[in-house]
Amino acid sequence: MFGFYILIAVFLVLGILLLIFRISRLINIVKGSDERRVTGSNNVNAVLGVLFMVIGFGLLGWYSIQYFDLYDPPVASIHGELTDKLFWRTINIIGAVFIVTHILLFVFGYKYRYKEDRKALFYPHNNQLEYLWTGVPAIVLTWLVITGWLAWTDIMAPASDDAEQIEVMGYQFAWSLRYGGMDNQVGDYDYRLISDANGNQHGMDFTDRANFDDFIYRDLVIPKGREIILKIRARDVLHSVFLPHFRLKMDAVPGMPTQFKFTATKTTQEMRDELGDQEFNYELACTEICGRGHFSMKKNVIVMEPEEYDKWKAEQESFLKKNPDFMSQVPDNLKELAMISTRSNE
Amino acid sequence: MATAEAHIDSHDHHDHEHHKGNFITNYIFCTDHKVIAKQFLITGIFWAVIGGAFSAIFRMQLGFPDADLGWLEPLLGKWITPEGKLDPEFYLALVTMHGTIMVFFVLTAGLSGTFSNFLIPLQIGARDMASGFMNMLSYWFFFLSSVIMFISLLIETGPASGGWVVYPPLSALPQAMQGSGLGMTLWLVAMVFFIVSSLLGGINYITTIINLRTKGMSMWKLPLTIWAFFLTAIIGVLSFPVLFAAALLLVFDRSFGTSFYLSEIYIQGEALPNVGGSPILYQHLFWFLGHPEVYIVLLPALGITSEIISTNSRKPIFGYKAMVISMLGITVLSFIVWAHHMFVSGLNPFLGSIFMFLTLIIAIPSAVKVFNYLTTLWRGNIVFTPAMLFSIGLVSVFISGGVTGIALGNSAIDIQLHDTYFVVAHFHLVMGSASFFGMVAGVYHWFPKMFGRMMDAKLGYVHFWITFVGVYLVFFPMHYIGIAGFPRRYYSFTNFDAFSGFTDLNAFISTAAAITFVAQFIFLFNFIYSIFRGKKAPANPWRSNTLEWTTPRNPGHGNWPGEIPAVYRWPYDYSKPGAKEDFIPQTVPFSQTMESNLPHENDEIALEKEIEEMVVDETGEHLEHGHGAH
Repeated sequence: MFGFYILIAVFLVLGILLLIFRISRLINIVKGSDERRVTGSNNVNAVLGVLFMVIGFGLLGWYSIQYFDLYDPPVASIHGELTDKLFWRTINIIGAVFIVTHILLFVFGYKYRYKEDRKALFYPHNNQLEYLWTGVPAIVLTWLVITGWLAWTDIMAPASDDAEQIEVMGYQFAWSLRYGGMDNQVGDYDYRLISDANGNQHGMDFTDRANFDDFIYRDLVIPKGREIILKIRARDVLHSVFLPHFRLKMDAVPGMPTQFKFTATKTTQEMRDELGDQEFNYELACTEICGRGHFSMKKNVIVMEPEEYDKWKAEQESFLKKNPDFMSQVPDNLKELAMISTRSNE
Repeated sequence: MATAEAHIDSHDHHDHEHHKGNFITNYIFCTDHKVIAKQFLITGIFWAVIGGAFSAIFRMQLGFPDADLGWLEPLLGKWITPEGKLDPEFYLALVTMHGTIMVFFVLTAGLSGTFSNFLIPLQIGARDMASGFMNMLSYWFFFLSSVIMFISLLIETGPASGGWVVYPPLSALPQAMQGSGLGMTLWLVAMVFFIVSSLLGGINYITTIINLRTKGMSMWKLPLTIWAFFLTAIIGVLSFPVLFAAALLLVFDRSFGTSFYLSEIYIQGEALPNVGGSPILYQHLFWFLGHPEVYIVLLPALGITSEIISTNSRKPIFGYKAMVISMLGITVLSFIVWAHHMFVSGLNPFLGSIFMFLTLIIAIPSAVKVFNYLTTLWRGNIVFTPAMLFSIGLVSVFISGGVTGIALGNSAIDIQLHDTYFVVAHFHLVMGSASFFGMVAGVYHWFPKMFGRMMDAKLGYVHFWITFVGVYLVFFPMHYIGIAGFPRRYYSFTNFDAFSGFTDLNAFISTAAAITFVAQFIFLFNFIYSIFRGKKAPANPWRSNTLEWTTPRNPGHGNWPGEIPAVYRWPYDYSKPGAKEDFIPQTVPFSQTMESNLPHENDEIALEKEIEEMVVDETGEHLEHGHGAH
């Protein structure tokens, strides 16, 4: 019944609107405003344009300043500070262009609105002006490109050899993290060895000795101030590693390992203190559409002091130790080594 | 050139105009470019309503995640869960289809299909397209594609859901998501027909513009609309085949066991045999079309706006040649920037550097265009018709969305912004809204020529202001959400602490989106009402210079009842000093406007005789007879 009333109300409103429309058309015909070249609406539209601009700028300025901390996530990596600086510099430049061009757009619209007695200026071209506004953007853009390019090559440069190796493997719909262990080497894998049934989610290949001490941990744990190299892969569809606070993003591609190196600058505790929020946690999210659970691929990220990290790492038991069944996959000549390296963690 | 016959044919025009076909030959299987344009327009509007409704539904999920959507059950059936929530996979399907529909069916077919078809012959002075039959096929392939895509919306497993870019392996593996089953197959089939339609249309546009211009209509006398359609068609003809190839390889991977895009996949407890393929290969192929596609939807809108802004500022477009050159620049550059969509895809960082340089160069011709628009307004005598308002709106959203491209095109900055709402804000303003504004402006402006009647201006103003304000209220706040790092295509943000804020802003955006969507029905009402009851249009309602306004109020097949008029001047002689009126149509020879001629134009009087004696290839029109269609 309620729906029926709503329906009637909608029809009534539509009917009234239609009536207003018909009447206003009749009035137009009576007043003959249909015949005139320009009606009073022309001025109204010109004024509305300026009004739109003024209110719009007001809202823009108010929100941008008032809520800055809300939309600007704190940054916790070395390269992130650089890219943030580039970003805000770019925003300032394009913001200025945005404001100036909009002032011109709406002020011209108002100032040069139609007047019966005026004739527009016949001004078809001016090559000097064209050169000017080709040249100036070109120079500004060159500067932006070069600073961006320097940052980019730096961020994408190869990691140092002693960088902490962590494998991030995406699958529908979670991440799995494998640490290099004591040798700091994430071992080889073969996708044909992957099996959720026997627990070898990563497809670790135990003919590679680097796998013996690798361990899996539920969170992404990283030491502050030490270079990390994320070895990124996916085993079913595309995913994308996104660490918003570290300004880090890289796709995880099945069949094509990718990587991203970075250095964290603030531990979780330091960030909690800075934000005054003891519940705060760094997070890892997925940013490449991967199916039904795309929005739920979360991992906690913990940044520790380096000493704390070393201690934590030493406490972890290797995958092979936790799953001794896989010892059968270790070639005979490496069995002894495998036994030793699984024991060395004790 | 069949010049002799063409001449003889032009004498027959009298009967030509008066022929009567039946309903089917006049309105359905018709080869008249004007009818085909209307077919494209109406199909485009149909899709726009569906695409818009989809966004209204998924915005409800994003803005009001706790709301009970049970009332949508009669429409969406099992896609509404028993708890009254939108199914997460259907949410992705909505996002995917919204993108596909808007980019391809509305802003490519609905925009280029409508205005290239309608305006090319009318503005260059031709009787019809070079091949009316191919043109008709172009529409019917589009129709077929539309039918298949529409069916895919109704099937049990739902339409394609992997995002409008349909990246494999997600789109290649039916076990990865429901939408990658039959829905994806239908998507691919529909797109193949769509590409065929687009190529048939594009080849026709190019051929017509090159071959069928009327006497005196040199390339430098073409209105900017035609330049825009011409370059758009070239982009389409060169880039759509690559999408065709990408789609074909995807079909092979899906159905015939090949491994173009698939490698080392373990899914649902099973390791697939495919090795050696590359998902990145698909991304390269896709964006080789995908990026030019942005300009395929944008350039026609910019062309339309150039024409409307000049006409309603009563001023020549400032820097006509600079406008053409910047469009040419955009055309060329549009082919060599695609990998900026892939900075963090695992692309070689060196390539990333190259593409960053190339991408930021494309900002220069775009900036030139904006400054030229502004200078055209400067010291004009501006008449705010609804078309003019939408054109100014286009310039505004083109700036707002364009400048953020400078941030996104910078690969170092893009690391953080990639696939966040910042990108969503960027392309919805610069490509979505701008092209949409151009399309609507075009409808308001050329409605009198299409249907012989005027649309109601007051309703047009109301439509404009709600839409313009609405578009900003919807897309501007998305910048903040994007800077905060919110990823695209998320069904819900509650899982993450980092993305748990902005619930009020998201609700605000959704409300604004709903209002903006509903406001489009004002336009729809105005459109349909005016077709039948609008005020009868005068021959040249906007006092414009271009050729289409020299045709009768309701031009028949063949456009001009008599001979096609010759052209003597460029299309932008507005407010010329000394002239009686504030416009001089292209058909007025310089010898009749001695009072307003510039010195170098007096030299052209000598050429007028030459123009009049030119012989024009009216092949398109000639073919009509050859087919015995009448």
